[in-house]
Amino acid sequence: MSQFRLEVRVKPRPGILDPQGKAIHHALNSLGWEGVDDVHVGKAIYLDLVADDADAAMEAAEAMCRKLLANPVTETFEVSLVEEPVGAES
Amino acid sequence: MSTVDEAVTETLVAPRPGDPEITPELVADHGLSVEEYERILDLMGRQLTFTELGVFSAMWSEHCGYKNSKRLLRLLPTEAPWVIQGPGENAGVIDVGEGYALAFKIESHNHPSAVEPYQGAATGVGGILRDIFTMGARPVAVLDSLRFGDLDSGRVRYLFGGVVAGVGDYGNCIGVPNIGGEVVFDRGYEGNPIVNAMCLGLMKTEELITASAAGVGNPLMTVGARTGRDGIHGATFASEELSEDADESSRPQVQVGDPFTEKLLLEASLELIASGAITGIQDMGAAGITSSASEMAGRAGNGVEIDMALVPVREQGMTPYEILLSESQERMLVVAEKGREHEVVSILEKWELEAKVIGQVTDDGRFRVLEGGVTVADILALPLTDGCPTYEREGVEGEDIKLLRETDLSEHMLPRGNLTGLFRKLLGSPNIASKRWVYHQYDTTVRTATAVRPGGDAGVIRIRGTSKAVAATTDCNGRFVYLQPRTGAMIAVAEAARNLVCVGAQPTAITNNLNFGNPLKAHIYYQFREAVLGMKEACEAFETPVTGGNVSFYNETDGVAIYPTPVIGMVGVIDDASKIVGQAFQTEGDDIVLLGENTDELGGSEYLYVTARLVAGAPPSLDLGKERALQQAVLMMTHGRHLRSARDCSDGGLACTLAECALGDGEAPIGISVELDDDLPPVAVLFAESQGRIVISCAADQTVHVLRIAKEHGVPAAKIGSVTTGGSPFRIVMPEGKMEADLVEMADAYFGALPRIMDAPSTAGA
Amino acid sequence: MRVAVVTFPGSNCDYDLYKAAQQVGAEATFVWHRERGLDGYDAVLLPGGFSYGDYLRAGAIARMSPVMEDVIEFARTGAPVIGICNGFQILCEAGLLPGVLVRNASLLFAGKDVRLRVERADTLFTGDYEPGQILRVPIAHGEGNYEADEATLKHLEDEGHVVFRYVDAEGEATDAANPNGSWHNIAGIINDNGNVLGMMPHPERAMEELLGSTDGIGVFTSLAASLSAVGS
Repeated sequence: MSQFRLEVRVKPRPGILDPQGKAIHHALNSLGWEGVDDVHVGKAIYLDLVADDADAAMEAAEAMCRKLLANPVTETFEVSLVEEPVGAES
Repeated sequence: MSTVDEAVTETLVAPRPGDPEITPELVADHGLSVEEYERILDLMGRQLTFTELGVFSAMWSEHCGYKNSKRLLRLLPTEAPWVIQGPGENAGVIDVGEGYALAFKIESHNHPSAVEPYQGAATGVGGILRDIFTMGARPVAVLDSLRFGDLDSGRVRYLFGGVVAGVGDYGNCIGVPNIGGEVVFDRGYEGNPIVNAMCLGLMKTEELITASAAGVGNPLMTVGARTGRDGIHGATFASEELSEDADESSRPQVQVGDPFTEKLLLEASLELIASGAITGIQDMGAAGITSSASEMAGRAGNGVEIDMALVPVREQGMTPYEILLSESQERMLVVAEKGREHEVVSILEKWELEAKVIGQVTDDGRFRVLEGGVTVADILALPLTDGCPTYEREGVEGEDIKLLRETDLSEHMLPRGNLTGLFRKLLGSPNIASKRWVYHQYDTTVRTATAVRPGGDAGVIRIRGTSKAVAATTDCNGRFVYLQPRTGAMIAVAEAARNLVCVGAQPTAITNNLNFGNPLKAHIYYQFREAVLGMKEACEAFETPVTGGNVSFYNETDGVAIYPTPVIGMVGVIDDASKIVGQAFQTEGDDIVLLGENTDELGGSEYLYVTARLVAGAPPSLDLGKERALQQAVLMMTHGRHLRSARDCSDGGLACTLAECALGDGEAPIGISVELDDDLPPVAVLFAESQGRIVISCAADQTVHVLRIAKEHGVPAAKIGSVTTGGSPFRIVMPEGKMEADLVEMADAYFGALPRIMDAPSTAGA
Repeated sequence: MRVAVVTFPGSNCDYDLYKAAQQVGAEATFVWHRERGLDGYDAVLLPGGFSYGDYLRAGAIARMSPVMEDVIEFARTGAPVIGICNGFQILCEAGLLPGVLVRNASLLFAGKDVRLRVERADTLFTGDYEPGQILRVPIAHGEGNYEADEATLKHLEDEGHVVFRYVDAEGEATDAANPNGSWHNIAGIINDNGNVLGMMPHPERAMEELLGSTDGIGVFTSLAASLSAVGS
């Protein structure tokens, strides 16, 4: 068993309205950043977990996403292994 | 109307490259029967394009076409001298005096909330707000009527938590206070939560505007958010049963609410209406541009021509079919005065929103859709909006219900355990327990007009600058309707009216949200018909016409329907807000008077559900004449300022009603000493939910007036006890027993139940 | 007194604040967030609501509005500025007040009456209250949990910049009386100069007996009295 740190990125499903992204996009444009084409806001979740190997860790994290971390109706998710410890608040 | 030669005005409509071919399967997938499709072909006199099929399927869906409800709904009373706008518009409107009008309506978002509770509920609130401000009224209050399965399921807790957060976040962000509603938990709603939202809006009478496309040549403009692929075919979706295997791919894309944009749209719309630059405005709700444009044309007896290439879209490559049927939120369709389009645009720009001309009003009565100038749909508007076939079906009561109703309940008159223990158990039942956990997530005081907040029988909003206020409530006991639909529906109306008189409001009109199962089934249609007939009778008795509402059928999962739940949203008027009566006992030494009579009708009660998980027996009987007399008497008592509190006696019976009066908002619970002389078993006296009862309290020197007014109205009334002190117990003495409870323990059961339950984890999965 | 009620896209307590100012005799004017110039006003009020939907961070986008440059300048001259609820969040984002308002500890929106203890009755905004007076005032927010670093908190406490604190009916600043998890039960603070007040509770909603409380009036009458004492 080893310790793994995983990063889960939860994003709005493509095509789903992202009101937050829209409002930030508008604000960036009005502050003069005209070149911004689109903005989407998701969230990053950091998991420290113990598993047999990296595959098992990934699998567990994906199961957590399906069950709890992401809303399958409105969100998609990606999981990746993080090498360096992340300065996220615990 | 002239008989325009259709052959002259109809343009040639060729199939659009890339669109699927129309097959019987495709027609069936669009929810149209073979007969309905043949009728459409007759109307059209030619083959349909794919775009036209989509348009018909939305407009002739149950949701838009009211196929299975229209004929019965026509029976409901809709008129009274104070009704300014009856059914058929975005919302009903009544005159409340001093130049003010009240727009109000209730609407369901059951199916979307079952798929995604937070967004489903949020967009439900968004939709009903738009229905109100498109009438020219500023939304001043929201109520929510919610039903879920039993809370011991993690999935149900997830739905409940998500719906409450969705209702709250949307209304809170807009800044419309939530003033009440109801939350019910029963296994009868396990697979199908019921999410009904009601909104009230105030305006000066002359500010009323309607949703019609008047003035040939006037431009049609879309206003607000852009169009995406959200909820395409939401209208047909809302007209189908949910099934367990409805996996993600078959789900229509869920709509996401953006209350921030809605707030801007609200302000912009009211400014637009005040500017006089527009002649009509309508929300793009179910079936999006299709229904708003065709209905606006239909109402004015005009036609419309709109070009899909001009519609601002959020996603690339959207087809006319998709744009027409998209249910993207926070959008409006307006008809501008020709030549004043720029005013519309500049008002919208001020609010950082878009407005764009997408077509115009025509004189040919046709709903014509172009794509970059090429016609892709061309349909006569009136048959599209009003020509949907309507059905009256065979209705037969289910045999199982007959048996349930005839269940012998006599064994339940013997308490299973001691009375105080049962009483505390009832107080902690999620149906009786305080809903503070819910309404503390709502902003109830924004707009500084909330005179009575949630937690009681009805909410009250004062009208600034006048002495008046308006009250509103939602009510329905689905168990009663399930056991006997006609009586149950009458009780729903009666209880709503009773709730209003308890705060001192004269009941004035109703909006209804009829939540039922699949109407193609004979026993469901029976429930629907009986409920409508019961509602009709009660509305006539209380002089509360129906000014609009919503029908939600197909609330079934795997063939099992919800309890028939015709939710009544009722509004009332208070002429002098200083006479509003509270709901809780207030002062030591006050007399407690019971108006109405106790009975041993235990059928359909919360007591049976809590103690035996039983929904059985006949619902309590209701005498509309006696009920009306009771309500008039209470209004007379509030007008005379004789009362300190008034509370409707309903769920959990007399004992729970007295407990609610004693506990109040939890700040200062107060004891009572009550003695009842009914010759009935204690279980019946304490927990039966007999109709026609109101518990009031008054200063001891007012009791004589209270009893006199009751007598004049022929209402049974008796002083049953008095209010004691905060340190005293809660005591009820009966001929066959007594019950005494400690206020601290009662408060813990009553206020602590929902927070404790909702501390347990909830899961999105089943 | 002439007061400006600054309105941002998504403000929803602007009207309530406008009416509250009028109730104490002020001449109130709405100032749209894109307007410039606050000359001629005696006080500036930032209302509650959900400016820009609270997207990104509450107050973060509104803080970038053109009018905020003028609000900052107005505050620098020592003139009174009040931010209520979302207005408080904007003042923190704009750096006019220290600290930040994060999500309520319960993670739920909190809409109810709370009790506040007046910690300072000698500010521009609280002169009409008694020290230690207990007020009943509504709150309505999802992000009202006041946080700041240790040094800032110490500074606020040492200098007496905490104006209102959440307390129970007995006036004790208990955990149970804290509706959102704020450090030290902080409900409202002033800046070093004493001319900028930020508070999460809504005094403008506690101005009438019919609506449940009149305990909020003091904030507005105190402001009016301070301004007339200055003789402006």
